[in-house]
Amino acid sequence: MRMTRALTGLGLAAAAALALSGCNSGSPTDSGGSGGDASGGAALWEVATDVDLAGSPTYDRMVARDGVVVGVKNDQPGLGYEDAISGERTGFDIDIARWIAASLGFGEDQIEYKTIPSANREQAIVNGDVDYYVGTYSITDARKQQIDFAGPYLITGQGLLVAADDDSINGPDDLAGKIVCSVTGSTPLQRIRDEYSPGDTVEYETYTQCLEQLRAGSVDALTTDQAILAGYVAQEPDAFKIAGDVFSEERYGVGLQKGDTALRDHINALFTDGGDVWTALFEKHLAPSGIEGEQPAVDD
Amino acid sequence: MGVIADNLDLWRDALLGTLILFLAGGALALVLGTIVGAMRVSPVPIARGVGAFYVGTVRNTPLTLVFFAFSFALPPLLGLRLTDGVSLALGVCALGVYTATYVAETIRSGVNTVPVGQAEAARALGLTFGQVMSLVVLPQAFRSVIPPMMSVLIALLKNTTVAAGFSIMNLGSVRSYLSERGENAFVVILWVMAVFVALVLLLSWAQRSLENRWRVAR
Amino acid sequence: MSSVLYDVPGPRAVLRHRVLGVVTVLVVLAIVAFLVWRLAATGQFAAQKWEAFTYTSVWAQVGLAMLRTLAAFAAAAVGALVLGFVLALGRMSAHAWIRWPATVVIEVLRAIPVLVLMFLLYYGLPVVGIRMEPYWAVVIALVAYNGSVLAEVVRAGVESLPRGQSEAGYALGLRKTGVMRLILLPQAVRAMMPVIIAQLVVTLKDTALGYIITYQELLWYAKYLGTQSSIGSPIIPATIVVGAIYIGLCLLLSLVATLVERRLRRSGRVAAVAAAAQPTQEVTDTELLATQRTGSPDR
Repeated sequence: MRMTRALTGLGLAAAAALALSGCNSGSPTDSGGSGGDASGGAALWEVATDVDLAGSPTYDRMVARDGVVVGVKNDQPGLGYEDAISGERTGFDIDIARWIAASLGFGEDQIEYKTIPSANREQAIVNGDVDYYVGTYSITDARKQQIDFAGPYLITGQGLLVAADDDSINGPDDLAGKIVCSVTGSTPLQRIRDEYSPGDTVEYETYTQCLEQLRAGSVDALTTDQAILAGYVAQEPDAFKIAGDVFSEERYGVGLQKGDTALRDHINALFTDGGDVWTALFEKHLAPSGIEGEQPAVDD
Repeated sequence: MGVIADNLDLWRDALLGTLILFLAGGALALVLGTIVGAMRVSPVPIARGVGAFYVGTVRNTPLTLVFFAFSFALPPLLGLRLTDGVSLALGVCALGVYTATYVAETIRSGVNTVPVGQAEAARALGLTFGQVMSLVVLPQAFRSVIPPMMSVLIALLKNTTVAAGFSIMNLGSVRSYLSERGENAFVVILWVMAVFVALVLLLSWAQRSLENRWRVAR
Repeated sequence: MSSVLYDVPGPRAVLRHRVLGVVTVLVVLAIVAFLVWRLAATGQFAAQKWEAFTYTSVWAQVGLAMLRTLAAFAAAAVGALVLGFVLALGRMSAHAWIRWPATVVIEVLRAIPVLVLMFLLYYGLPVVGIRMEPYWAVVIALVAYNGSVLAEVVRAGVESLPRGQSEAGYALGLRKTGVMRLILLPQAVRAMMPVIIAQLVVTLKDTALGYIITYQELLWYAKYLGTQSSIGSPIIPATIVVGAIYIGLCLLLSLVATLVERRLRRSGRVAAVAAAAQPTQEVTDTELLATQRTGSPDR
């Protein structure tokens, strides 16, 4: 009995080894055009030289480390996305982060990306785990008590994502009897529950889980910031569409350590003077999904 | 205390959710578990094999994975719409299917504690299968089965909290709803713990008194 | 062939059993066929759904997630064993001022669901200022719960030993510590070894609860991989693969339990105690055995 078990185990292992030898080591997006994404940024800006930012402890840390640590998201296509297989990072927020790093004198290979979920953003910045955070980070007064914001660099608002062939939902008031999905504990979920009356709400840890249920027809709508929804539409324009307009206002900023005005002014200047870079990035990542927008003025 | 008084509606929904998961899941587990347990002790070899396979597979799978399969992978497969009722039903199924394995094992070991001589003597006296079961075997098996069954039910009560990760309103997930309303998460969780300790101690006390009443000298 | 439920089958019974066997097979086949039909109808057998698993980097990630599962399990197992022994010794102490707190701690920790403990550590503590990584929340919660269960198991093992053992120890002049350390504990542990390992299997399974507090173990990775639309959103393939890995790990651990128990059977030293321990196949759940034994009046 033990012999046969051992033999079965060996046989399975051999089969697994044979199967693995036929594996790819690439990624599904390798042969696509995304190879141009990483180098596309190089055409939009150059890595600055002779940068000297006095009075910024964050910048001093970057110089000492000879690299930048950026906090980002990894599950928002078009904004902050990491390919599950190749590990490549793409998106509007990612490119903004690269642009800022380049303006500080750091090239692509000197950037380290850290995926930080929404709930842990303030702590990561306060602790110094990241130098700055670019990831659908809404500017709120509550957060300003712990950290500083540069920007805003994008204005959006809460929206609804529905199946492409669903015409029954055109706005948050059409949600009676419909099932709405969002992320546990998120502001969009709270707002939908408090201010509108959906049929039922379903909550998961990530938006991609909601997307799967929407695709299968198990829920009727996904709600979060429209910029994020735009990314999902751009990924699969035949499957999803955005319903109605935004019904709140969210202003995305770059999260920085509190009190670092030198870095904040530097980034704000970069945004104000870099209108064409901003427009190019917007055209590349967000316009394909159909949303429109213009660069907002930075806060003082 | 303010946490409870101000949010009575949420606490009531959470307690209701936990109770439904516990009672419905328990009922499903008892029914399914009795069937599988009967299969495992039956004279039909195929039934024994199927029962052993089911128990062996599900017992070695984490409950979270069973929940994941039912709540997340099954709806696209069967085209279900995730209303609150459907989510609850999926949770009940997950708990029932998982706990049924423990019920089956309890029944099997309970039946096996009855000495074979009892049944053989009963048959030698000419009793039919039904009489052997109802007069001789089951009363003795019942005494050995009930205390471990209470343990299984206590474990089921604690396992209902796993539904918190799968969009079902129960005592485990009430924390996130209360955080939305601005309540202190630490205090909320302490209250949830207190409720569970109270419920489990209650059930344990019931189990101990049953054990003492029906103690079998072996 | 005779057992409690049925006698040696006569010709009519043999026929009836054959019919029942066929019926069982048909029912099982019907369920399997339904599942396969639904899987095929939603395209789960398409090559595109399984494409994710042809990439070595995906398998590397799976391996990494498995390592994280095992890392949490290893730390929790060691911690639970240590805590279990400490609490058991406290519970069996002759001094009431040690015994009562130990009893209370064991009872309370056994009554709290593991997930609620994890929530307390991961979501509750930050409110009072302590930030904890998911790994430590998972490990500490598992140690607390399984340690208290193991404490009861060890205590049950010690109390199931014949009283003559400890009496002989005292007669030889040993004190309580010596009797416990040299005579009772080694035998108790050897007798309860299958139950202890069964509880460790439960610990391994409960590491999956870390998924809910975002600890990046196997189930978390299955969800992450299964929701990537760039590779066809392979939820069901990912669930199946991860499920197979979990079952494999648990079966491996249970195999160790069976082997250990078989070696114990052969060892003459625990012959008397082996009668108290039931074979591993009969072990339903550690709690069942522990509570079955603790029906003694001096609890």
